[in-house]
Amino acid sequence: MGNSEDKLKMNEGKHYQRFVPFLRFNHLLIVVSFLALAVTGMIIKFADVGIFQFLADLLGGYQVTGFIHRVGAIITFLYFALHISYLFKKRKEKSAKYLFTGENSMMFNKRDIKEFVATIKWFVGKGPRPNYGRWTYWEKFDYFAVFWGVAVIGFSGLILWFPEFFTYIGFPGWFINIATIIHSDEALLAVGFIFTVHFFNTHFRPDKFPIDTTIFTGSLSIEELKEDRPRQYKILIESGELDERLVDPPPQWLVKASKIFGFSALFIGLTIIIMIIYSMIFLYR
Amino acid sequence: MKKILLFSILPFYSFAQSTSECLDCHNDVDLTMIKNDQSVSLFVDESKYNSSIHGDLDCIECHIDFDQDDIPHKSGQNISWVECSDCHDVQTFSESIHGVKNVKCFDCHTKHQISESSLLTKNGPDFCITCHKQTEIINYKKSIHYNIYIDGNNELSCLGCHGESSHEVKSGKLSQNDLYKLCGNCHTEIVDNYKRSLHGKALSMGKYLAPNCLTCHSAHLIRTSSDTKSKTYKMNIPQLCGDCHKDGTKVSELKNIDQKHVLENYSLSIHGDGLFKRGLIVTAVCTDCHDSHNILPHQDQSSSINRKNIAGTCSKCHAQIEAVHVKVIQGELWEKEPHKIPACIDCHQPHVVRRVVYEDKYTDNFCMTCHIDEKLHKIEKGNRVSLFVDYTKFKESAHTENSCIKCHTNISVSNNPVCLDSGPVDCSACHAEQVSDYEISYHGKLYAENNNVAPYCTDCHEKHMTKYKSDPKSRTFRKNIPSLCADCHREGQGAAERYKGSQHDIIKSYNMSIHGKGLIESGLTVTAICIDCHTSHSELPAADPLSSINSKNIPVTCSKCHFGIYEQFEMSVHSPSITKTEKRLPTCYDCHKSHSIERVERGDFRQGIIDQCGTCHVELTETYFETLHGKVSRLGEVTAAKCYDCHGSHNIHRTDDPSSTLSRQNVVETCKKCHPNSNKKFVGYLTHATHHDPDKYPYLHYTFWAMTALLIGTFTFFGVHTLLWFPRALREKHKMKKKSTNDFKPESGRKNDNNNEEIK
Repeated sequence: MGNSEDKLKMNEGKHYQRFVPFLRFNHLLIVVSFLALAVTGMIIKFADVGIFQFLADLLGGYQVTGFIHRVGAIITFLYFALHISYLFKKRKEKSAKYLFTGENSMMFNKRDIKEFVATIKWFVGKGPRPNYGRWTYWEKFDYFAVFWGVAVIGFSGLILWFPEFFTYIGFPGWFINIATIIHSDEALLAVGFIFTVHFFNTHFRPDKFPIDTTIFTGSLSIEELKEDRPRQYKILIESGELDERLVDPPPQWLVKASKIFGFSALFIGLTIIIMIIYSMIFLYR
Repeated sequence: MKKILLFSILPFYSFAQSTSECLDCHNDVDLTMIKNDQSVSLFVDESKYNSSIHGDLDCIECHIDFDQDDIPHKSGQNISWVECSDCHDVQTFSESIHGVKNVKCFDCHTKHQISESSLLTKNGPDFCITCHKQTEIINYKKSIHYNIYIDGNNELSCLGCHGESSHEVKSGKLSQNDLYKLCGNCHTEIVDNYKRSLHGKALSMGKYLAPNCLTCHSAHLIRTSSDTKSKTYKMNIPQLCGDCHKDGTKVSELKNIDQKHVLENYSLSIHGDGLFKRGLIVTAVCTDCHDSHNILPHQDQSSSINRKNIAGTCSKCHAQIEAVHVKVIQGELWEKEPHKIPACIDCHQPHVVRRVVYEDKYTDNFCMTCHIDEKLHKIEKGNRVSLFVDYTKFKESAHTENSCIKCHTNISVSNNPVCLDSGPVDCSACHAEQVSDYEISYHGKLYAENNNVAPYCTDCHEKHMTKYKSDPKSRTFRKNIPSLCADCHREGQGAAERYKGSQHDIIKSYNMSIHGKGLIESGLTVTAICIDCHTSHSELPAADPLSSINSKNIPVTCSKCHFGIYEQFEMSVHSPSITKTEKRLPTCYDCHKSHSIERVERGDFRQGIIDQCGTCHVELTETYFETLHGKVSRLGEVTAAKCYDCHGSHNIHRTDDPSSTLSRQNVVETCKKCHPNSNKKFVGYLTHATHHDPDKYPYLHYTFWAMTALLIGTFTFFGVHTLLWFPRALREKHKMKKKSTNDFKPESGRKNDNNNEEIK
């Protein structure tokens, strides 16, 4: 262990690069498009609620919000395609094990169940904080929520966007109605999940409050890595990979920009979630 | 008895002298005698005598009591008269006018040539005039009665009128009753009429001026009225009547005849003019209006010149007057409601009937002698009412051709001035139809109730400055109508204050409406103005079934302009003729509003229509709002499909009706209006779908609940997850803070300033 202690000392002030620029860019696309889609989509979903009507007017009316929504959709399909191609690229570089079962895989495995149980125990004070690895189970859920969401919402959205085409190729007319329900409710799920659960898990949980800018700056301090993901740190040290991933801390302007952007996104998301809750409780049937 | 006496005496004289003995002397044609200084023939024609009915008698059977030897034969001083009465019972004769006037038997029967009396009667009138040689009587032979007599009707000989028989001829002066009896024998009806008439009654009251039959028809020279020489020939009637009724006669001075200068006025009238100047016998003369025999005062209900009957009288000649006098009388009004409209004589004064009425008597100048004064006024109910008339302006009005008194009819010569208390003008004299409409209208009703805001004719049409509605300066010119109505119906004005219904700001709304803008902004006079919907004179509240704006009548009212739409609407599911229901069906103004009617392309209208349909189709509207069309509409998207974009606006039919825009045949085309690539499956989209109905829409229902379950599941899981995490994380952070303050010195903190703040 002494070796690792030395290394830590040696790497003092250095940052660990958690996300490569490509992933950060992709997440930027996700944030921008998701916020745009959420805002303009909820306007339609809660069209008979005054505050959303006001919001629509603020954005320039239905025509504009409809346009924004479609632009958001295109961005979504873009990042979805980029991500799929990224996966294929990874598959070429790395083994299937790396991609599907290993420590770096996004796929759920047995250890996630163990970690979940241990986490619950930790929550209720019956055990220590689990030694989380590179991807916690909630982070994996986040990933698949988006993956699934983009597929489902994207496809149903396409049906709504091009109903004539889809009925032309054989979909029944009532499927447009089904698509409407799925699109709408899945979107509510996505928006609700991201703006509450994801926001808490990633940013608002007391040890990260008020924001974790890692996704924008790409790196976090070694101390934080060690603290937050002890198992990953340990593996990195043991395999010596840590040295490969060490970077200088992000420049001050990037941190600032990340915070401004992040806070804006959080603010928009929270505002929308408040508006949704308000609508659902007081106005929406 | 005398005959018995005669025969008893006969034997004593028979021997005395024979007829032949008498004729010895008396067959000398030259035998004469002087009597009263005149030579009198004593000749007796033997042959004629013998052929006479007395031929069998001897001379002495008649000539008795004379000295046959003494010549001349005298009994006393003179030969005695032959007394026919010795043999003939002629007592009635002696009582007859002939008897009284000492007409001798032989004056008619001759002396020695007495023939059968039938021969005398056969000669009849010709015989009578041998004595009655006065022209007047001889004229009988020119009379119609003589002609009829010649044709074999003995009743019309002299005796027919003058006596029962030849010997009972009565006095020429016939009593009234005799006259009635005589004339009435044949002219029963006429005499009856006459008896009832003004003339007949006067006569029976012994008024010596009253005419009887003979006055007009004369006694002997009775001619038919078609005889141009007759006094009763049409041409001559005015003169005949004028004999009594012209100025200066005793009749004309009678107080109870209020018409003056009758004959003079008549001759100046169009009727008189026709007769005298143009020689038209088709013109009206006295008897055409007053009747020939049944002449009655105008107060008499059955008089031909009674107000009630005058129309019938005039239309004897002016039969088609209703067709050409439409403005006044309108069809049958004249007969059915004579009180509603003026009688002929109200405009066309009797005896002065002229095309231009009145003016001779009460000219405008006459009126203007007073009414030119700008200060002229009266006090009515404590208000000063000006009586000034701006005559120049009046002359520019639509009534310029009318004289003052054509409207102000109620003038009376017994008043001074004649127009005193003549009351308001009754326009119905000429505008009967409009006024009768007005009387039924709400304006008219309120006016009749003395409502002080109710308008009278003159309030809209003005009093003396009345203008044609086609005149742009007129208050009733189409462009000016809304502001005319606004005078009372604008908020704050009388009518608007009185009105308690739901329509408010009607003027403002109208001005903003498509109709109002058409008028005000586009200057279109063909746009609908107040009167197009409410009518000009018979406006009624919408609740009144007769009102043009009653919900039952409004489609017809709108159809005056929007007829094509009306045709579609009448065939639609909203038409009462198609859908039989207790519920109230929508009509034009339910969707289009009444005064704030809009262009349908406008967003307000398109958005509003959903609420309009929604008032009845509640569920369909709710489900509409659950679909994209509805949601987008909610956001103010005007072009998104509204109810009528799919269902049609006026041509709405049940969707199972082949003519519906949403029928199997038409639905693809209907959707194509917005979705150019619409196809058979595309139209299967459920436009009014709801996921709340598991029976009707099971797929939607279960999809919705599956999604909802997913949502609830996820949020519950992560909700609990977060709620557990939060307190734990707080505790951890608290612990870490303590640890960090213990572990790190302040100077080492400086190096970590790039790290996350949490560590600090």
